[in-house]
Amino acid sequence: MSDTILEMRDITKEFPGVKALDNVNFSVKAGEIHALVGENGAGKSTLMKVLSGVYPTGAYTGDIIYKGEEVHFRDITDSEKLGIVIIHQELALIPLLSIAENVFLGNEEARNGVIDWNATTSCTRELLQKVGLHESPETLITSLGVGKQQLVEIAKALSKDVELLILDEPTASLNETDTEALLDLLLQFKAQGISSILISHKLNEVTQVADAITILRDGATIETLDCRRDEITESRIIQGMVGRDLTHRFPERDADIGEVVFQLKDWTVYHPVHEGRKVIDNVNLTVRQGEVVGISGLMGSGRTELAMSVFGRSYGRHITGTALMHGEPLDLSTIPKAISNGIAYVTEDRKNLGLVLMQDVKNNITLANLNGVSNGMVINEPREVVLTNAYRDKLNIKCSSVLQQTLNLSGGNQQKVVLSKWLFSEPDLLILDEPTRGIDVGAKYEIYSIINQLAAEGKSILIISSELPEILGISDRIYVMNEGRIVGEMQQANASQEKIMACIMQQDPRKEVAEA
Amino acid sequence: MKTILDGLRQNMRRYGMLIALIAIMIFFQIVTDGTLMRPVNITNLVLQNSYIIIMALGMLLVIVAGQIDLSVGSVAAFIGALAAVMMVNLDLHWTLALLGGLAAGALIGAAQGYFVAYQGIPSFIATLAGMLIFRGLTLVMLQGQSVGPFPPAFQKLSSGFIPDIFGYEGLHLTTIVLGAIFSVLLVYMDLRSRRNRIKYGFDVSSIQLFIIKNLAVVAAIMYICFLMASYKGLPNVLIIVFLLILVYTFVTTQTVVGRRIYALGGNAKAAKLSGVNTERLTFYTFANLGLLAALAGLIFAARLNVASPKAGTGFELDVIAAVFIGGASATGGVGTVLGAVIGALVMGVMNNGMSIVGVGIDWQQAIKGFVLLLAVFFDVRNRNKA
Repeated sequence: MSDTILEMRDITKEFPGVKALDNVNFSVKAGEIHALVGENGAGKSTLMKVLSGVYPTGAYTGDIIYKGEEVHFRDITDSEKLGIVIIHQELALIPLLSIAENVFLGNEEARNGVIDWNATTSCTRELLQKVGLHESPETLITSLGVGKQQLVEIAKALSKDVELLILDEPTASLNETDTEALLDLLLQFKAQGISSILISHKLNEVTQVADAITILRDGATIETLDCRRDEITESRIIQGMVGRDLTHRFPERDADIGEVVFQLKDWTVYHPVHEGRKVIDNVNLTVRQGEVVGISGLMGSGRTELAMSVFGRSYGRHITGTALMHGEPLDLSTIPKAISNGIAYVTEDRKNLGLVLMQDVKNNITLANLNGVSNGMVINEPREVVLTNAYRDKLNIKCSSVLQQTLNLSGGNQQKVVLSKWLFSEPDLLILDEPTRGIDVGAKYEIYSIINQLAAEGKSILIISSELPEILGISDRIYVMNEGRIVGEMQQANASQEKIMACIMQQDPRKEVAEA
Repeated sequence: MKTILDGLRQNMRRYGMLIALIAIMIFFQIVTDGTLMRPVNITNLVLQNSYIIIMALGMLLVIVAGQIDLSVGSVAAFIGALAAVMMVNLDLHWTLALLGGLAAGALIGAAQGYFVAYQGIPSFIATLAGMLIFRGLTLVMLQGQSVGPFPPAFQKLSSGFIPDIFGYEGLHLTTIVLGAIFSVLLVYMDLRSRRNRIKYGFDVSSIQLFIIKNLAVVAAIMYICFLMASYKGLPNVLIIVFLLILVYTFVTTQTVVGRRIYALGGNAKAAKLSGVNTERLTFYTFANLGLLAALAGLIFAARLNVASPKAGTGFELDVIAAVFIGGASATGGVGTVLGAVIGALVMGVMNNGMSIVGVGIDWQQAIKGFVLLLAVFFDVRNRNKA
């Protein structure tokens, strides 16, 4: 039991401008469940990418010793050969192929390139049995829910004779029943001698199953806690994760809150594909002038869908309800209308949805409001340069000039470009969806300061975040969402992580009816 | 320092193909014993390639928007046939045929654009269908025969030359004067943009390089003008092409619509979430290309003085090749009007030069294929390095 299966020594990994990992040490004993915790951006995923060969040998410094031997992985195939399998947060399944095809993808049961479908199907059936998924191997992935897809991923890992299983936020989008099943499965694997590394934000799960916990913060190992020796509480882990003085993570905020600016009444949205499925259910909310309103909730609770449905119906169908701005009904039927009616939406996926990466800072900033730098037809480029330079100074965007491609900027600076874009569209209501995702701590502080400054200038801000400390640290008022509904509302003064979690965990009334 | 290197690299990318074009011209000038740059041949070169350049302008927008249009050759043939039937069989006035043809072209482009933009049919498939449909309809309309000849006024569209207001014996002075005016304008605009760049603190090339570049450009323009002036002067079609190049350069670099097309091709989702009506924009790029394909078809028919069922076969490939040789990206978001024009000229000079030398049509095809592959290969390699 106490043999070390994996040891990572002095791992350092740098990205342009950021040191993601700084001399990290991490070791896993054979047959244990080792949790890896830390805030977003602490370096957990990066460390696992180093381990699994996503970042090949040479792209980092330090040594990896696996089963007593130093290893150098050039790619994922190398690490998988030795039984190290990683399951990413974004599942890597191909929706239109069957379970069996997915399980053996890249690792086909084949002779001379010809697939043995009988072997494939029967092996898959066995694997599905092991992970407790009662589906036919021929079922297409699209017809499975996220929980079952997760199990398929695990079956796929088992097919590769896994000895060290890495799970990156496996329960982030699972409901409680599925989560329990998954954790049970991990315990079963442990009994069979398979070691697991579990990355999770959900500390209750971590304390429930982990044998050891390693805490990362800002790219460095803080400590490793042994759960077999001591009883480890969640607050003990949080202490290690946060470490620094909480008051300094968020800038001081003097709220000057005015009249109600934006209001949603009975907002209901249906799923764009699944007929009859409500994604947003009767949401009512208000945002006042100069107010920062947070929306908290788990992944999949409908926060992004709510924001996008408001932003020119860019999500969902059969949208009903009214949106009011300064008491007047708003036409939000298209994105251009939403923008001209004073709504801006900073997406959570800034690379795919926020920026045109191949274009320069200047073009990105003016894209949503080209009329602001043109006579409607012809762009006044000198004026554009002057204006975008002003945003560069105001938001402290670090770039060689506004003519630099946004592709080469760091995450924090890219986010500032996106923010500039929406500030330039002069909105009354600014919706920020996970504005600090994947941004280092220093840049986060800057983003928070910008948010405060905007609120002070009288803008209304609606901010969506999965990080509870962030929501608590910057909001004046907080809505809690779960399963498409607002399940709680609280002022900052009497809000806490526990209260928010309690709101989320409240039993869904519909479920109670079903169970009764 | 890094930005200077970036600038140089970008300049190399921009001027790389121009340098290649000049090299190709010098090469053929030598192997054809000077035939290439003879006034008659230069005029011919312009007439032969005008329709490719015209379509390349529209194709550039479509490709920058992240789409493709395979139907332009067939559409050009169809519009040529339509105009021919209107003028010859129905005896309508040539202006009616001209306007009718342009309108029909825009309509065809719009129809294909509708399926691509609003119905989500991949442009490759929608325009492949268009390519077959309009080739077929051309045959139907012409009943497999060539239809012609056309009224002289219509022929002038392609084979006419601008009038000489000076009447100087042996040299078309108007051409020289126009060339000079244009040269002055070009230098003035370049100077102005350079001043602006300095004013806003951007890097500019050294003043020496600036002077050399402008001298070279002016020399090239005046040389071509002089060559043309010593034959019949500037062809009408060159004026058309020239005005179109100016308009499209302006649209792509200075206007809101142009900026949005590049954003659409660079990241359609981000553009949409920034309030760009991506569907409508895609639709317009196709309608616009339909219009230009129609113009090209009319010019082509006017040049041959007959509408033939075989007209425009393979044009789409020359046009697409021109745009890619000119540095456009197959995934959209990248490409310049000037690049596409240079790309078209590279293809044109090679066609012309190889024909003079007597290279067979079989080898011409193969060699052009290699040039396309090579040009894009270097472009991709440069981009990956950056």
